[in-house]
Amino acid sequence: MGKVLMKGNEALAEAAIRAGVDGFFAYPITPQNEVGEYLSLHLPEAGGVFVQAESELGAINMVFGAAAAGKRAMTSSSGPGISLKQEGISTLAGAEMPCVIVNMTRGGPGLGNIAPAQSDYFQATKGGGHGDYHCIVLAPSTIQELVDFMFEAFPLAEKWRLPVMILGDGALGQMMEPVDFRGRERLADSRKQPEWALTGAKGRKPHLVKSLFLHGDDLYHFNLRQQEKWEKIQAEEPKLELVAMEDADYAIAAFGSMGRIAGSVIDLARAEGIKLGLIRPLTLWPFPNKAIAELVGDGTLLQRILTVEMNLGQMVEDVRLAVNGKIPVDFFGSPGGRVPMPEEVLAELHKIIG
Amino acid sequence: MAIVAQKPESLLDVTTHYCPGCGHGVVHRLVAEVIDEFGIRETTIGVSPVGCSILAYNYLDIDFAEAIHGRAPAIATGIKRMHPDKIVFTYQGDGDLISIGGNEILHAANRGEKITVIFINNAIYGMTGGQMAPTTIPGQKTTTTPLGRSVEREGPPIRVVELLNTLQAPSFLARVSTHDAKNIMKAKKAIRKAFQMQIEGKGFSLVEVLSNCTTNWKLEPATANRWIAENMLEFFPLGTVRE
Ligand SMILES: Cc1ncc(C[n+]2csc(CCOP(=O)(O)OP(=O)(O)O)c2C)c(N)n1
Ligand code: SF4
Ligand SMILES: [Mg+2]
Repeated sequence: MGKVLMKGNEALAEAAIRAGVDGFFAYPITPQNEVGEYLSLHLPEAGGVFVQAESELGAINMVFGAAAAGKRAMTSSSGPGISLKQEGISTLAGAEMPCVIVNMTRGGPGLGNIAPAQSDYFQATKGGGHGDYHCIVLAPSTIQELVDFMFEAFPLAEKWRLPVMILGDGALGQMMEPVDFRGRERLADSRKQPEWALTGAKGRKPHLVKSLFLHGDDLYHFNLRQQEKWEKIQAEEPKLELVAMEDADYAIAAFGSMGRIAGSVIDLARAEGIKLGLIRPLTLWPFPNKAIAELVGDGTLLQRILTVEMNLGQMVEDVRLAVNGKIPVDFFGSPGGRVPMPEEVLAELHKIIG
Repeated sequence: MAIVAQKPESLLDVTTHYCPGCGHGVVHRLVAEVIDEFGIRETTIGVSPVGCSILAYNYLDIDFAEAIHGRAPAIATGIKRMHPDKIVFTYQGDGDLISIGGNEILHAANRGEKITVIFINNAIYGMTGGQMAPTTIPGQKTTTTPLGRSVEREGPPIRVVELLNTLQAPSFLARVSTHDAKNIMKAKKAIRKAFQMQIEGKGFSLVEVLSNCTTNWKLEPATANRWIAENMLEFFPLGTVRE
C-alpha cells in the first residue's frame, strides 16, 4: 500500500491499530464518530477489543481498567464528551496510567456546535480535571501528522506514565488527505508487560493501581515526584515547527488546523514583501517555551507575534509567557466553530504592523 | 489435631479500618474463602469502590485496581476484556453501585460482562457519614433524611437484584444477608456460585449482600444485625432470582 486517500478520523483509527492499540472504548459524538465506527470493525480483526461504552464516563474508566491491565488503551471524543471524562483523566494521571485520549474539538461552551474549534486548549493543557496534573498534548495540523502523532502517542505515554492527548478538531477529523502508512504494520504483541500491570499475583506480591494517598505526607511527596517528572518532560519533549523564521520580522503563532491556515498567510504576506514566519507548537504541553524565547533574544529580528486561534485567546497566554514581554504579542481569534480565511488573518496582520 | 477453621490464605493478617462489627469485614472473609477454595488467588483481580471498602486491597492478597466513585464495573470491563483468562470482580457499596454508578452497573450487566459483583447494601452512605442511600428504607433516619426517608419525597428504595433481573444477560443474581450465622453461610454459598459462574465463562454475576453499618445506624453490632432482620428484609427479600 502506497499513499492512500483517507478521512482524518479513519486515518487516525487505522494508525491506532498499527500503533498497537489493544483496547478502544468510546461513546459516539460528532465530529469524531468515524474513529469508533472504523475501529468497531477493524480492531477486532486485528486482534484488539472495541467496546461502545454506555457513556464517556464508562469509556474513560474502561480505558483505566485496560491501562491498569498493562495494555494499550485509547478513547476518542469531543467537547461535552471530553468534559465528562475529566474525573477519569485526572485519576489516570493520579494513578500514572499511560493511555491515549483523542479530542476532535468542536465549538463550545455547552453543546456549542459541531464545527471545528480550538477552544479546549486550556482544558487540554492545564489539567482539565481536578488536582495538579498535566497530560502530554500533541497538536497535529495535517492528517499525516495526525497519523504520525498516533505512532508517537503510546511510547510517550508509556515512557512518562501519563495520558497523552491528541488535540485535533472537527476539520482534521472530517477532511480527506493522502496519508502514508508504509513501514508501519501492526506488530504482534511484542511489548513487555509493564512491571506494575494487573495480571494476577502469580508468584509475586500483589499489584495495586490507585490514586488515593491518605497517609501523612504521601500525597505531598507524590505531587513533588510529578513535578520532577514534568520538569524532565519539559526539558525533553517540547516540539515546534518554524517556517520561514530565519529572516522574519513578524510571526504568526498558531497550532493545529489554524497552523495550517497560517501557512497560507505566510505565502500571501511574503508575496507582498512582508517578512512573515510561522511558529507552530506541535506539543502544546509541554509548551515549547525555550525555543520560542530564543526567537526573541538579543540580536533577533522578530518584532511582533500575532497569535491566531479558533477560540477567544488561549494559547496566546503561553506565547506571552514564553516571550516574557520582550516583544508585543497580539491576538486574533475566530470562535464558535468559524474557521478564518487566510485573507482575514492577513488583514489583521496589516492592522497590527500598519 | 485437625484444624477446622483458620484465616483464609487470601486474607491478609492485618487490622482493618472498619468499625467494630461492620459487615464489610465479614464479606471480605467470605470472598477470601471463596478465592482460596477455587485456588484463584493468583489469577484474580479485584476492583475496589469509593466508599468504606475503598481500602479492600489492604486486606485481600490479590491484584487490585481502585475505582473512582461508581465506575468499578467499567474498570472491571476494561480489565476483563484485556485479560479474559483472569477472574475479575468488583466490590461496591449501595451509593457507589446504584446511585452515582447506576449506569455503569446497568450496562455492564446488560453486556453480560464476565465479571462478578459483590454488592454491599447497608442502606446508607457509610464513608461520608451516614447520608441517605438509594437503598435507605422508608422511614429510616439518615443525616440527609433527618425525619426519615419519605417515599413521597425521596422515592422508595431501589431493589438492585430485581432491577437487573429485567435484563436478559446476567447469569446469576442473588440477594443474601449477613445478620446471623445461618445467613452468612448462605451468603458464602451465593458468593461461591457467583465466582463459579465467571470461572465457567457464563457471564455477569452479582450478589447483593445486606450488611450493617453500626456506626451510622447508631446501633451496636448485635442490635444492628437484628435491625437488618426486622427492617431490611421486608424491602429486600432474600434469595436467588437468576441462575
Ligand atoms: C465523584 C464523587 N462524588 C462523591 C464522593 C464522596 N463519596 C465518597 S464515598 C460516598 C458514598 C459511599 O457510600 P456507599 O457506596 O454506600 O459505600 P459505604 O461507605 O456505605 O460502604 C460518597 C458520596 C466521591 N468520592 N466522588
Ligand atoms: S461507617 Fe459503617 S460501613 Fe463504614 S466501616 Fe463503619 S460500620 Fe462499616
Ligand atoms: Mg452504603
